[in-house]
Amino acid sequence: MVENRPFLTFLAHLVMVLGVLFVAFPVWIAFVASTHEPGTFLSGVVPMLPGKAGWETYRQILFSGVSASGAPPIWLMMKNSLIMALSITVGKITISILSAFAIVYFRFPFRVAAFWLIFITLMLPVEVRIVPTFKVVADLGMLNSYAGLSIPLIASATATFLFRQFFLTIPDELAEAARIDGASPMKFFRDMVLPLSRTNIAALFVILFIYGWNQYVWPMLITTDPDHYTLVMGIKRMVAVADSDPQWNYVMASVVLAMLPPVLVVVGMQRLFVKGLVEQEK
Amino acid sequence: MQTKRMTFRSHWLPYALIAPQLAVTLIFFIWPAAQAIRQSFLREDPFGLSSRFVGLANYTRLLDNPEYLESFRVTVVFSTATAALSMGLALLLALAVDRIIRANQFYTTLVIWPYAVAPAVAGVLWWFMFNPTIGIFTYILEVVGYDWNDRLNSADAMTLVVVAASWKQISYNFLFFVAGLQSIPMSLREAAAIDGAGPVKRFFTVVFPLLSPTTFFLLVVNITYTMFDTFGIVDATTAGGPNRATNILVYKVYQDGFIGLNLGSSAAQSVILMLIVMALTFVQFRWIERRVQY
Repeated sequence: MVENRPFLTFLAHLVMVLGVLFVAFPVWIAFVASTHEPGTFLSGVVPMLPGKAGWETYRQILFSGVSASGAPPIWLMMKNSLIMALSITVGKITISILSAFAIVYFRFPFRVAAFWLIFITLMLPVEVRIVPTFKVVADLGMLNSYAGLSIPLIASATATFLFRQFFLTIPDELAEAARIDGASPMKFFRDMVLPLSRTNIAALFVILFIYGWNQYVWPMLITTDPDHYTLVMGIKRMVAVADSDPQWNYVMASVVLAMLPPVLVVVGMQRLFVKGLVEQEK
Repeated sequence: MQTKRMTFRSHWLPYALIAPQLAVTLIFFIWPAAQAIRQSFLREDPFGLSSRFVGLANYTRLLDNPEYLESFRVTVVFSTATAALSMGLALLLALAVDRIIRANQFYTTLVIWPYAVAPAVAGVLWWFMFNPTIGIFTYILEVVGYDWNDRLNSADAMTLVVVAASWKQISYNFLFFVAGLQSIPMSLREAAAIDGAGPVKRFFTVVFPLLSPTTFFLLVVNITYTMFDTFGIVDATTAGGPNRATNILVYKVYQDGFIGLNLGSSAAQSVILMLIVMALTFVQFRWIERRVQY
């Protein structure tokens, strides 16, 4: 703050409060809607304050599912989402840190070519090559499987770059010392590189977990079997019930549950989240 | 390309280390992309039994097709509106939080979490509030005399997807604007203040120009976001309708490929989108190189 202007400070607080309200309002409405009985939505506008049917609604969708829309119990979809998100996260970090280690600490033929191949993935988001990718996965028999949900998404140029940038800042003396002591490359990786990368791995973990949990179009295409539905894409199926209005209290309760895990991760690990987000773009 | 001064020696280890990443890249990225390019030059009969080479016919057909050009126009409107709205609001919030000394961490936490909300979920949230029969905003708009219906009115549908997409993107833009503001030396603003420039003048003559690298970078990121990551928002709310008013390019690729089963045309659209992503990535990396020289 350059000078003391009470009015401007007041204005700043006002803007922030309005901003927070704008950001939080949709979620409040969703939460309120999830606590009312279905009958509330037949007449007039959605209420602004929570109702009394909340426990019943959440218990119902979590454990028995909503029969009208053919959706399985939410806990099953949450489990699928969690498996998919964790597989994508762990997969991306593992293969990226290994390939970055190879690119930085070895000289081998086709090294630059390999680097560029990985770089190209940055330009091929799944939405763009969706039909042929679907065909590949179908030909490999990976539809309706956890492998099909996660493996096609785990190549990562950004994570590889991030680790490469970081490895270049590790002092050369460490690798030299390791070699003089007779350590193999993999021992050096395990005992030096991996512990040094801890913060970077954690920051990437936060960002990639959100990315994985929020996948939508890919699970929608490759899962036709309700046992493999993930939560984010399952909501769409609940909304699109044929010939009738969606059961809003159930839909909104699922929306709240779909938001909860990634939002908790962001709020709980804010420092790592910001670090991961900002460094990804370098 | 850079390596370490000292490298390890092994004939097989680096290949083994890089193999998983390369395998995934080749099987699920490069091969499908190559297939899309190949397919874009072919025309398949409706049963998928035979296909023949048609040269650029898929592309010329596409560019003559008013529906495709309309989809281009819709994408431009959607991208511009979303980028402008979410960046504008984010800049306002960033300026406010930059002024507040105490409690700014608290405000930041309360503003950034929508980043974690899935686009499809963000879409459903706003779709619910603008629901023609029970939505809260529909009700408010009715009170002031506007008859909202995003299922029939094109402009309403576009507004809905723009608001939902912007709401989700504010947190990202906010974080980068705050970082950009913090990197502006305080001495510059203080000097301007001593010379008698008020807060508004300081913003336009000192702060905003120095923020331009951040703004430009965010512009590119936001365009990429609106073109590709908003698939979920569109699919969960308007599904491209009404009357194709929100049928953005990436949604059309999906519709033509999976629902219309017009593979040649869908592949040609994929290739065009790939070219757009390449251009955007190129611009983004050029910008990063330039930033290093500052």
